[in-house]
Amino acid sequence: MSLIQMHNLRKDFTVRVKAGRFRREKRIVPAVNGVNLTFERGEMAGYIGPNGAGKSTTLKMLTGVLTPSSGDVRVCGLQPVPQRTKLALQIGVVFGQRSQLWWDLPLRDSFSLLRHIYRVPADAHAGRLKRCRELLDLDDFMDTPVRQLSLGQRMRGELTAALLHGPSVLFLDEPTIGLDVVSKQAVRSFLAELGQGGDLTLVLTTHDLADIERLCRRLVVIDHGSVVHDGTIEALHARYGSHRRLVVDLDVPLPEGFAVPGAELLSVEADRHRATFELVTTQVGAVVSELTALRDLSVVEPDIEDVVAKLYRA
Amino acid sequence: MNAKTKELLGAYLALLRGQVHSLTSYRASFAVELFSNLGGTTLDVLTVLVVFRATRSVAGFSLIEGLLMVSLSSLGFAMADFAVGNIDRLKNYVRTGTMDAVLVRPLAALPQLLLMDLPLRKALRLVVSGAVLVVALRSNDIVWTPSRVVLLVLAPVAGAVFFSSIFVLSASLTFWWIDSGELGSSFTYGGRDFTAYPVPVYAGWFRAVFAYAMGFGFVAYQPALALLGRADPLGLPSWAGFLSPLVAVVAAFFAAVVWRAGIRHYRSTGS
Repeated sequence: MSLIQMHNLRKDFTVRVKAGRFRREKRIVPAVNGVNLTFERGEMAGYIGPNGAGKSTTLKMLTGVLTPSSGDVRVCGLQPVPQRTKLALQIGVVFGQRSQLWWDLPLRDSFSLLRHIYRVPADAHAGRLKRCRELLDLDDFMDTPVRQLSLGQRMRGELTAALLHGPSVLFLDEPTIGLDVVSKQAVRSFLAELGQGGDLTLVLTTHDLADIERLCRRLVVIDHGSVVHDGTIEALHARYGSHRRLVVDLDVPLPEGFAVPGAELLSVEADRHRATFELVTTQVGAVVSELTALRDLSVVEPDIEDVVAKLYRA
Repeated sequence: MNAKTKELLGAYLALLRGQVHSLTSYRASFAVELFSNLGGTTLDVLTVLVVFRATRSVAGFSLIEGLLMVSLSSLGFAMADFAVGNIDRLKNYVRTGTMDAVLVRPLAALPQLLLMDLPLRKALRLVVSGAVLVVALRSNDIVWTPSRVVLLVLAPVAGAVFFSSIFVLSASLTFWWIDSGELGSSFTYGGRDFTAYPVPVYAGWFRAVFAYAMGFGFVAYQPALALLGRADPLGLPSWAGFLSPLVAVVAAFFAAVVWRAGIRHYRSTGS
């Protein structure tokens, strides 16, 4: 059985909209609009979508925070809302903008309180904490009150807090939001390391596509509450026809009317000494062999941001 | 106690410990709060005293009889405020997303929220209310029977449970209307002020609704009559004072149902 199952999952919010000076109109907004998805044990899946697409709402329904308006949802074989406290023992949750830590206490104390809250045996707790300390370099700030930690340090603390009870699913809502490049990389490589074991299922939402490229084989794109893509990043490129680009630097200007079948000339710069081609149906070699006085070349992989922007606009 | 209950208790104790430790990092502000909070309790007792200064009796009750009522109500309220009063911060917990964090932990939501604040600053109020009750008991001529002793213990506890239920009920409104704070307060603090006076001072539908339908009359007024051995000018029998625990249990049940419905209705906030 799949570890996470969503069947026709739906969440409607009622919003009151101003319709006149005193009148207000009730309007039903579907935040999640009939989603069917399953995730298997050990899978690492990334959720992307524009703001308000329903990512966080879905995650909140999976973790038992929000009650679905209709449809079925099962996580670890449990119904998230009615069996919330039971489910909580089996999942770890990191909300990028919500904290599980005690603001005024050192990280060390927060971790020890969490051990009691999750009723974890002391040795299992110590083992997991040791691993997180090593992988996330927590030792420098274990005794600093959480309110004095930097965002990057706090996020590392949050990740640890979510893992100390040995969950089988880890839900991450925008885990890299607001982090600097170094902290982002630390978080990503830690999550990648966790995923290596193959036991932990990881579901994350993000706006940063680098998170997904680095971590997730499976990409779910959600827009206006519906799934618009579910598959690999490659499949997404194939579907939206994004192609690699070839940039060439030439010693002599590119001849007027230069054309290679299957390659589209996108732009010419620097007095025709630099040209960019999109490789629609042909390969690098076919273009290069037609060029004279080639000085340098580079191949640019298709930009996933562009593809996703196309998706959002669709 | 079985192992599982013990573990669960340990979990809640851990939450409490977290608050104690947090509190120790702000010692000075704690001391200031402790004393500024004292004002609240003394003020509501003083208000009643002032009313009685102006007239010799209120609705046929003397100053010291009135003092017994206000002290029962004030002690019950102080206990409730101490234990669950901070639930009126629910609005902030919802706004800041703390509620989401609470809901992903393997513990019931309400006790977790209550343990998020350790209101030691309200402890002095308890002492003051208790002292006023002692004064009121000593200045009235009470014939002590075993049932009256039991009532004396039960009444403040029932009052505390009753007010706690009102606190939880009015906080639950937040799940439907995030800005329900003022409406909620009118029931909690308004309810406390209602119970500070003998019920006969109120009239008509107002009395019917608040004193009997909602049960505020059973917090201090009826138990005080039973303790004093006075007949109810409104005609309820003398054992009505002993109904206060029952009324409290009904209120608690009602509060639990509404709270649960509220959690189901919780909408969270965008992130």
